Amino acid sequence: MTIGSVPVRFGITIDRARCMLCGRCVENCPYDVFRRDEDTIHVNSRKCVACHRCVAMCPRDAISIRQRPVDYRDHPVWTEEVREAIYNQARTGKIILAGMGNAKPYPVIFDRLVLDACQVTNPSIDPLREPMELRTYIGKKPKKLEFRYDNGDISLETTLSPNLELATPIMVGHMSYGAISLNAQKSIAMAVKETGTFMGTGEGGLHPSLYPYQDRMIVQVASGRFGVNIDYLERGAAIEIKIGQGAKPGIGGHLPGEKVCEDVSCTRMIPVGSDAISPAPHHDIYSIEDLKQLVRSLKEATSWQKPVFVKIAAVHNSAAIAAGIARSSADAVVIDGFRGGTGAAPRVFRDHVGIPVEAAVASVDAKLRSQGIRNEVSIIASGGIRESADVAKIIALGADAVYIGTAALVAMGCRVCGTCYRGLCPWGIATQRPDLVARLDPEVASKQVANLIHAWTLELSELMGAAGINSIESLRGNRDRLRGYLLDESTMRVLDVKPVGA
Amino acid sequence: MCGIIAVIDRAGRRMDGTGIRAALSMMDERGSGEGAGYAVYGAFPEFSDSYAIHVFFDAVHETKAAVDRELEKWGTIVHDEEIPTYENRRIRKVHTPWRYFFKPDPALMPRSTTPEDDIVMHLAMKINTTIPGALVYSSGKNIAIFKASGWPEDVADFYRIQDYEGYIWLGHNRYPTNTPGWWGGAHPFNLLGWSVVHNGEITSYGTNRRYIESFGYRCTMFTDTEVVAYLFDLLVRRHGLTPELAVKALAPPFWDEIDCMEERERTLCKAIRLTYGSAMMNGPFAIVVAKPDGIVGFTDRIKLRPLVCGTAGMRLYISSEEAAIRVMEPELESVTMPAAGEPVIGRLCV
Repeated sequence: MTIGSVPVRFGITIDRARCMLCGRCVENCPYDVFRRDEDTIHVNSRKCVACHRCVAMCPRDAISIRQRPVDYRDHPVWTEEVREAIYNQARTGKIILAGMGNAKPYPVIFDRLVLDACQVTNPSIDPLREPMELRTYIGKKPKKLEFRYDNGDISLETTLSPNLELATPIMVGHMSYGAISLNAQKSIAMAVKETGTFMGTGEGGLHPSLYPYQDRMIVQVASGRFGVNIDYLERGAAIEIKIGQGAKPGIGGHLPGEKVCEDVSCTRMIPVGSDAISPAPHHDIYSIEDLKQLVRSLKEATSWQKPVFVKIAAVHNSAAIAAGIARSSADAVVIDGFRGGTGAAPRVFRDHVGIPVEAAVASVDAKLRSQGIRNEVSIIASGGIRESADVAKIIALGADAVYIGTAALVAMGCRVCGTCYRGLCPWGIATQRPDLVARLDPEVASKQVANLIHAWTLELSELMGAAGINSIESLRGNRDRLRGYLLDESTMRVLDVKPVGA
Repeated sequence: MCGIIAVIDRAGRRMDGTGIRAALSMMDERGSGEGAGYAVYGAFPEFSDSYAIHVFFDAVHETKAAVDRELEKWGTIVHDEEIPTYENRRIRKVHTPWRYFFKPDPALMPRSTTPEDDIVMHLAMKINTTIPGALVYSSGKNIAIFKASGWPEDVADFYRIQDYEGYIWLGHNRYPTNTPGWWGGAHPFNLLGWSVVHNGEITSYGTNRRYIESFGYRCTMFTDTEVVAYLFDLLVRRHGLTPELAVKALAPPFWDEIDCMEERERTLCKAIRLTYGSAMMNGPFAIVVAKPDGIVGFTDRIKLRPLVCGTAGMRLYISSEEAAIRVMEPELESVTMPAAGEPVIGRLCV
């Protein structure tokens, strides 16, 4: 019995009266949806992923894409998605891959939290007229300071660990060269330099054309150790050990061989065309003690001049792990929530494994405080930060700063079609195909990313001002500035926030 | 709103409570009759070596025994008594105020560098969180706190503060806006040697509270000011900062100002902000903190609440209003208004 074809998901129509047969849709679609046959543009809707490149590039607005109504028999349990996954796996016997972040409609905790504002007795502060301080330092802080008092002179005895100085608590997270194009990385690099913040290299090494931005780069050491050598470590402003990723907790990474071109090969230090497979665990880390050894080895290798971060996926025991990380000499712990994006992940992991970053950060912050060590380590939250309000809320829940990923890609033009794993990104972002990569102008895209960070920073200042706060330190962990709106009581207990009206 | 006034006689000469009562009453417009209080340093010369632990009891007969037991586990009760109060039609006696003179046994806190203080702090937190109906609201040596829900003059008359003498006095007239007006919520707030009066609101309270609680302090008074006493205790007593440095932590210079400082000061200010960022206080405030050898007044970083200082001989006055100071001291030698975040410090010279 054959399975046959499944219904078309997106329907494309061309308004023939408007179409002037310029052929840009044909040129722009890497999925071969459009084909020109003399005076007609033919459409194969079945291949469409709704990346919207054709719609955006059509000079006459002649193309429309509509999500087709499901034409399976309606069923609340055996949904279209469930059935198609079974058809595909019955056909192939393989793991289903997916790109971007979690596509399940879990309730978003951010959307059930509201921020507080001042009225009269605690006056709001106007950011247009008063200074607002969003400067953030990421890194280890001492529990207390030691001073020497000498005839009225005070001098500091404590030596501070190196910290990253951020002009705004918004950084761009790790997206490797391989997962995204070099032009995409360059765009982000220019944007973070412009806005006084930092970006992650991902696990793909550091391409020489990014060297001018190296003091804004956090270099990553993942389980595959691709691209890692002393030169790489020394170039970065900080080093991040990636244990897990929010989109796929508990598993490694896989960059298919076809994406490993000459350039990626040099950067990652692997042969051209070979699959880059990061193991699920680091093969030298099976305990907190092992992790501590790697943290300290990386510090030793870089003369204790670079902050070392450890990134874990948000899972139910994140708090205990984070406490171990804080005691491992690491300078920051990165918590990546289950809405974090990815170039490619098994769909079942992306959609079903992990927990929301809101709950994870709240519980990590609480655990570190209960052990009296919260102040000594920074917390970076990532995975599902969609707007400036999310930034304000996660900082109020205890984060020092955030990583954005998908939001930065969207600022560059990404339409969240979710097919990054195919390497055909028509926007030149998640692809290595030279003709597609060339579509992304780093000058233009960097401006867009910088604009986004700048705009969010302004909004964050306004939110802080409304809350009567003129420095980011006073928003951090300030759960009093949050209220839960229609959140269940047990979640509010984890978040340690009161309900609206209380 | 809220009115605050503080005075120190730097020569250590003692003043009775008449003057501060009149000065605080002059600021009745700044209150709502829901809370007023006074602190006096040097109140108990006969018990100056003992910690004066003040407790509000809801029902003395039922709860006092539990407090006694807790105290006796950690030291000796030298003397205890109900704090005398005087009938006043405008103040209903809600709690029974009690004072213990207590000597902790330092051998019971062997790993501490300040074992007696740590024992008393532990007792204050323990009693307030585990013994219902008992609230320790003051615990310093030779320090008395008098507070209740009422207007300043009524609270003063209720305790008859003119019968007490001291070299430092603090007064506070409360206008509660965010939290209930109750005896425990009236100022001054005290822990060990630290007493705090505050006008304003601390919008960073959520951050400050979570910070201070990670060092073993427990906030039980349902109001933001409480953290200030604990922050001073942590920063100055336990971490060894001077009061000036503590103010730099609580109301630090802006980063733009720090960037322009010469290197030595820049390094110092940056280290303080990095290390004590969670202790920094935001929102509108004018605060006076007293300790046995001085007082410190300061405002928030953009001075959203008023603070004025006056001097006359060896006396330094700090208040919300110059008029209040002039009630106590009509002939002032100088009147100044400190800049935002700038500490005003009066030290005992004896």
